[in-house]
Amino acid sequence: MGSADILSTLPELVLIATALLLLVMESAAEPHRELLAATALGGLAIALVTALGYGADGLYYSGMLQVDPYARFVSALALVLAALAIMVAVPYLRRTLEERGEYYSLMLFATVGMLLMVKAQDLTMVFLGLELLSIPLYVLAGFYRHRSSSNEAGLKYLLLGAFAAGFFLFGIALLYGSTGTTSYSGMAQAINSGTELSRVLTLAGFGLLLVGFAFKVALAPFHMYAPDVYEGAPTSMSAFLSTGPKLAGFATLLKLIAVVFAGTMVHWWTAIWILAALTMTVGNLAALRQDSLKRMLAYSSVAHAGYLALAILVTNYDSGFAMLFYLTVYVLTTLAAFGIVSLLEEGEESAMPGVEACKGLARRNPWLAAAFTLALLSLAGFPPTAGFLGKFFLFNATLDAGYLWLVILAVLNSLVSVYYYLRPVVAMYMQPGKNTSALPIPRMLIPALLALAVVALGAGFIPAPLVHATASAISAIL
Amino acid sequence: MVAPLQHIIAVAGLLFSIGVLGVLFRRNAIIVFMSIEIMLNAVNLAFVAFSRYHGNIDGQVFVFFSMTLAAAEVAVGLAIMVALFRNLKTTDISKISSLKY
Repeated sequence: MGSADILSTLPELVLIATALLLLVMESAAEPHRELLAATALGGLAIALVTALGYGADGLYYSGMLQVDPYARFVSALALVLAALAIMVAVPYLRRTLEERGEYYSLMLFATVGMLLMVKAQDLTMVFLGLELLSIPLYVLAGFYRHRSSSNEAGLKYLLLGAFAAGFFLFGIALLYGSTGTTSYSGMAQAINSGTELSRVLTLAGFGLLLVGFAFKVALAPFHMYAPDVYEGAPTSMSAFLSTGPKLAGFATLLKLIAVVFAGTMVHWWTAIWILAALTMTVGNLAALRQDSLKRMLAYSSVAHAGYLALAILVTNYDSGFAMLFYLTVYVLTTLAAFGIVSLLEEGEESAMPGVEACKGLARRNPWLAAAFTLALLSLAGFPPTAGFLGKFFLFNATLDAGYLWLVILAVLNSLVSVYYYLRPVVAMYMQPGKNTSALPIPRMLIPALLALAVVALGAGFIPAPLVHATASAISAIL
Repeated sequence: MVAPLQHIIAVAGLLFSIGVLGVLFRRNAIIVFMSIEIMLNAVNLAFVAFSRYHGNIDGQVFVFFSMTLAAAEVAVGLAIMVALFRNLKTTDISKISSLKY
């Protein structure tokens, strides 16, 4: 292990050091809690600079990790996401429960897991990264120790997450058994040259791995936990739960398939086809009947996982590019939407704000209502938002690969989704609310709203910068 | 005498299935958690068998990682269950279902 290795993991090391520092600060005799969030954000900022600027591309730690433009792009997105999720959490935590250093510390550990997953060049690292992402999230989902809904969310997430990890691990074991190695390049070589122990073992291993990933990114029928967990978890945490694991999961799965399984995938195409079709349909139909905003957004996130699965099915340059574009737009808009919901929760003083909590918001806080509308329209895929462009790129790539019926289904699903995305908009603008005083908008929420505006409107009108960034990132692996 | 690879993998597969069935059908959260541990240990057995078959130690190294992570998961899991038990006085997962539509 040389200095080049250490330099290549500088972002992770900075985050781990910051996370440990936060724990020390929390356990001080008189903790300065007002400094906790600033420390966490400082650590993330340094990590972002090092992730983008330091170390040369290449293989590190004896071929365990690979730094390339793809990993850099996804890492940067993950770090920005984590920073915004912390900013959304600060005002929420300060009002609903004591602000604790553990919250930020665990967020940073989970972020390290995401970075390691996308950098991984070996299934050992993928597994370690996945667990480092998941275990802190189990705790964070149950962070309201005294609220039974949060306990329940934590328990459900833990049991199903650990169950999925079992499948994931068995998949790795079978792949190792078949190819004799866990490194991406070694497995690809064994599979492509036909020196594997048995093709059946490889296929079974990939199938189990797929089940593990499907749980983590909430593809139907493995999505059952998602709405319950996102609803019961603290709202600031739901924002991260519905975006972080999806970002890391899809980015890692795409790389894994592109590098290792491009040739063997054929046998699993039908299964992924069904997963994608089922996920978007189930997600959208279930979202139609939700009154709770958190549950509606949770099912919406399931539906979006279904659209993203199209990119996994196709796995070529176009679909990979579309997936990264879509992911960027999706994670930032969903985060902002949950951030706004967390604010409504405060205003209404009820645990689970429903659509009626939006009534009259356009009068009370015109800017907040406009931001929420923008987020929902982008998620629904209205032009000229970036959500529309993302869907266009994604469906176009799928159509070019010859999946006509799947694209028709996806378009029909997008039409259905308009109904539930517009319900809160109608409530905000057309229905008078009981409460007419303006909600105080915390300053910490403004960066998340700005990020939403930049990505949903900015990338919608001037897509070139984001298109260039995602295209150069994807060309590293496909 | 060394048991052939197929036999060991069959045992691992059987143990894994027992774990899966336990997760699906048992109602006590702690027993569900134990079933997950059976799944993970079935995988460890498969890793060791494959490692010996291939004559490299990658699989055995993996077992150390997976044991460590299983321990971390148990620590977190039991903490969550204790917090839950304090509030609801039960670990029966069929009774823990306030979050439903």
